[in-house]
Amino acid sequence: MDEVQDRDIIAAVRGFVEREVIPFASDFEHRDEYPHPMVAGLKSLGLFGATIPAEHGGLGLSFATYARVMEELSRGWMSLAGVINSHLIMAFIITHHGTAAQKEYFLPAMARGDKRGGLALTEPHAGSDVQSIRTTAVRRGDDYVLKGSKMFITNARNGTMLAVAAKTDPLAKPAYAGISMFAVEKNDAGPAVGANLKKLGYKGIDTCEVTLDDLAVPAANLIGGAEGLGFKQVMSALEVGRINVAARAVGVGQAAFETAIHYAQQRTAFGKPICEHQAVQLLLADMGTGVEAARLMVANAARKKDAGERCDVEAGMAKLFASEACAKISLDAMRVLGGYGFMQEFPVERFYRDAPLMMIGEGTNEIQALVIARGLLARYPA
Amino acid sequence: MKILVPIKRVPDPATTIRVLPDGSGIATDNVKWVINPFDEIAIEEALRIKEKQAGSEVVLVTIGQSTWQEQLRTGLAMGADRAILVKNDGYLDPLALAKIIAKVAAGENADLVLLGKQAIDDDSNQVGQMLAELLGWPQATFASKVEFADKRVTVIREVDGGLETIAFNLPAVVTTDLRLNEPRYASLPGIMKARKKELKEVAAESLGLDLAPKLKIKSLTAPPKRQAGRKVASVEELVSVLHTEAKVI
Repeated sequence: MDEVQDRDIIAAVRGFVEREVIPFASDFEHRDEYPHPMVAGLKSLGLFGATIPAEHGGLGLSFATYARVMEELSRGWMSLAGVINSHLIMAFIITHHGTAAQKEYFLPAMARGDKRGGLALTEPHAGSDVQSIRTTAVRRGDDYVLKGSKMFITNARNGTMLAVAAKTDPLAKPAYAGISMFAVEKNDAGPAVGANLKKLGYKGIDTCEVTLDDLAVPAANLIGGAEGLGFKQVMSALEVGRINVAARAVGVGQAAFETAIHYAQQRTAFGKPICEHQAVQLLLADMGTGVEAARLMVANAARKKDAGERCDVEAGMAKLFASEACAKISLDAMRVLGGYGFMQEFPVERFYRDAPLMMIGEGTNEIQALVIARGLLARYPA
Repeated sequence: MKILVPIKRVPDPATTIRVLPDGSGIATDNVKWVINPFDEIAIEEALRIKEKQAGSEVVLVTIGQSTWQEQLRTGLAMGADRAILVKNDGYLDPLALAKIIAKVAAGENADLVLLGKQAIDDDSNQVGQMLAELLGWPQATFASKVEFADKRVTVIREVDGGLETIAFNLPAVVTTDLRLNEPRYASLPGIMKARKKELKEVAAESLGLDLAPKLKIKSLTAPPKRQAGRKVASVEELVSVLHTEAKVI
């Protein structure tokens, strides 16, 4: 760990966000347009390799630093953290579970951003309940033939490949033992990517339905080289996703808080800046406290992950707390800005529309609560 | 070719500057510090020259406190090869700075010193010119284009009323103007590499130079608050006000 280097990295990302993201984010967002120039910037910064180990051409950032980087990106525009998140979840799965050949083939190109991944787990009728997926993969010669459809897939259009969960043994008991993961590179044969889904927030970035219509995938792309390992592979990466989503909530919360506290010092009412009115001060104090607590919880979960400790409870707590705090802070920011907060000229309405994604994505907060409760019960036996 | 790029640490141009009540300086709390933007352009130009001329070396130098390392590291992360921090705590006037840079340039056997035309904090616009004089080297200030053919340099400079092209032999001093290039960002791999590059510290007093300021800053004041505009009812009134009050026509 090199504190000076980590500080420089975070400062560089912040500088990029100030110059290249904040001035343009709302325009792209309102047009629901993919931010190609910003994504090119993420690529030249090297962020597609953020957590890929240095020996595979990545930056090898700690999760603590990665979380701060995602916070800074989300402070500008939360969608950008989505471009990186599922790409790095796929890279994490290959790093920890891929064969030597898969690591060598995929990771350096992913670190450069030349190959860009996503995660195709969710199906129209299966989200948090991963075991009930219906996509199948049948071995045929040197290939597996994949059939099924996937829903809400980030990076499906602008990425070059997807980590797809499919059942190689649909009858397996328990069901999870029949799930395998495939690194599916897009080509002319598929997978077919549907229209970009229309969303409340998290705009600009492609979220699509993906159809695998008897798509042949080389057996060499079965991650880990053996069937039935998919569920564990995915589960091992979920903490990474939770830390990412929690960090996004901190970033959006910070942005909403900053907008509100600056506005409150400029806007006057009843002869003084509104920041001198106690009702507004109470809001500002609450917002600042919420962001601070959320940031520390994310940092703590990330530190545990870096130390190789189990952190499903802490990552879940951070995700749950940070996303709920973010939703409240973005609404409070709107209260502080009053009518202007409701207008598209100010970014608060965007923060308010983006906030719910973090309550839903990477496992709904209700699922987080279950995971937390189970973890706590195991930790505190009667 | 060895290129020396002197850089200065200045407040971020986006920072709101507050003058201290006693006028002795500016409030530095909550100020974000950056490389002087014109010097950043000089670093970028040096890196582009290096990319075209194999075997070139880009050396950064700054004169200030230990914290100025931060800006040197940014320059190293952009791609400079190594850096020198000449440590000094007190105030140095442009001539003292030029003397230090001249000494470093001679010691390094630099072929070219590339620096910003001025720093955006005090806008002195003197160091480059003084430096060329002290070294006895040709100079080109306000460069908007720099080209090389062997040891001969052609510089297009932005002057009042147009562009001027001048050519001279190395070694030389060139100061950069805004339109010379658009500096690159330091990439994150660049930042990681920068931590392994040489950053040498030298004490200013060890250089054996007379650095006593010939210039004294007496006091700083904030610019007067901008007055609100005034609406006039007719063109006649406008002309009359411009003539009798503003006295511009």
